[in-house]
Amino acid sequence: MGQHTRNDNEMHLPNLERQPFEPRALKSIVLSAITICMAIVACIPLFSVLIMLIYRGGKRISLELFYGLPPTAFDIGGGFGNAIVGTLFMVGIASLLSVPFGILAAIYLAELSPDSKISTVARFCAKVLSGLPSILAGVFAYAAVVLVMGSYSAWAGGIALSILMVPTVMLTAEEAIKMVPRPMKEAAAGMGCTPAQSMLKIILPVAVPGIITGVVLAVARAAGETAPLLFTALFSDYWLRPNEPTASLAVLIYNYSGMPFPNQIELAWAASLILVLLVFVLNIISRAIGRRKNV
Amino acid sequence: MDTTVTPVANDAALDSTEIALDCQADQIFYSDFLAVRDSHVPIARNQITGFIGPSGCGKSTVLKSINRMNDLIPGFRFEGKVHFHGVDIYDKKVDPVAVRRNIGMVFQQPNPFSMSIYENVAFGLRLNRYKGNMDEKVEKALVGAALWNEVKDKLKNNGLSLSGGQQQRLCIARAIATEPRILLMDEPCSALDPIATRQIEELMVQLKEHFTVAIVTHNMQQAMRVADQTAFFAVDISRGGRTGYLVEMGATKELFEDPQEQLTKEYLHGEFS
Repeated sequence: MGQHTRNDNEMHLPNLERQPFEPRALKSIVLSAITICMAIVACIPLFSVLIMLIYRGGKRISLELFYGLPPTAFDIGGGFGNAIVGTLFMVGIASLLSVPFGILAAIYLAELSPDSKISTVARFCAKVLSGLPSILAGVFAYAAVVLVMGSYSAWAGGIALSILMVPTVMLTAEEAIKMVPRPMKEAAAGMGCTPAQSMLKIILPVAVPGIITGVVLAVARAAGETAPLLFTALFSDYWLRPNEPTASLAVLIYNYSGMPFPNQIELAWAASLILVLLVFVLNIISRAIGRRKNV
Repeated sequence: MDTTVTPVANDAALDSTEIALDCQADQIFYSDFLAVRDSHVPIARNQITGFIGPSGCGKSTVLKSINRMNDLIPGFRFEGKVHFHGVDIYDKKVDPVAVRRNIGMVFQQPNPFSMSIYENVAFGLRLNRYKGNMDEKVEKALVGAALWNEVKDKLKNNGLSLSGGQQQRLCIARAIATEPRILLMDEPCSALDPIATRQIEELMVQLKEHFTVAIVTHNMQQAMRVADQTAFFAVDISRGGRTGYLVEMGATKELFEDPQEQLTKEYLHGEFS
């Protein structure tokens, strides 16, 4: 419609009203509707899982879950305090290993030498590793730790989980460091900061919220992993002893959901609910920290 | 005055003053690209030296070479000398970090750190392990940057909460707090409104009492208003690339009223930009 001469424009005023039944308007409406539907569909799995868990697991929520030990076959009651402690302990080990590792690697990738061969290879490896089937991390830790130490242990579980956490921590920390505005980095250099001073005094403090977000997401993922723990920490009915097989929420769910005893199945539901709540809380924390970034 | 026209400094105009820093940029490369050639810019003590010229003429490149900021750019290579207190700052033995602590810089975009106003100004002092009265130094720098009255009641607020003009004056305060010998300013007003620009210009004129200032500006009126010496750069496209070089340099008044080079005349009359 752009080819009107000046004369035409003076004679025919352009029609500015909405034309909802014109083909292109119709197409736009239909496409928008489809995207809305898909966005809603995307929420269904989470909400259906949550509702199911609250319905099936909610009734077993009690204090005993947190201090009790797993019941034997025909017992009633019991809890999984040892599994909660075990999950927290192994995720803690994994974080202690992967967070410093990931952040230091990220500093190299983002600042020191972004385009070097080492960086390119490391970045590629991290991306591949982040898509690694988690069971392979378990197999690796089984060979590298369990066979060497001669026993299933919480250490082996923590190491298996750390392998899964490293790429997430590393890649998100790299992004967070890159997001620090270049003028701010130049200002630090211009003030006479050494590269280490720039990093510690200016860049990292600004990048910390982004790094924490990545760490929390990695922790949340590790907390829910089952397969790597089956090969490394196994399970235990007793309280944590790090050199011996260790209970975790994820493996407890896996074990008990297949049992023929109603008490154990109820416990599996309750453990699922606790695990989802744990991940949920971690996500909220990471969002809260992420939002503080721009203050 | 010397009547032979050469693309080097107009020494006659500088006779009465002392040279704080002498930048001889024979060639500056970014990887294979020759960005600047044959530019000899002496910076006179306690004066303002303005760098003017069209976009891409290398004036910022030369300025940033003076405190080795360009070292941060991969592929950067400087051939020539920058004499400063008896040393060539491009000598292998010289630590660029030490150079930057003595030659301060104010950037085009105000870039305060994400910390309190006070800490922004104290930052350089802490870097240099200053042991004296910090409050006094911070106040002095903020007064020197004509910002004290506006911020004295909110020194704990984040530097980023200030307006653009205030942020730039905060950056100036941060730069002068450590009392550098030379202050480099890379188009410090280009991101600011006219009122903030005027404040910064007035501030620059005050600063030259204590500091030596070199400023890159896009704005010829600004150079006329604040600079004592002006260096005019242009782009040479004759050799295929776009290489910047110093066309002429002299006392601002003389350069603007009686330029020696045809190219300078044309530029000052707005015949190209």
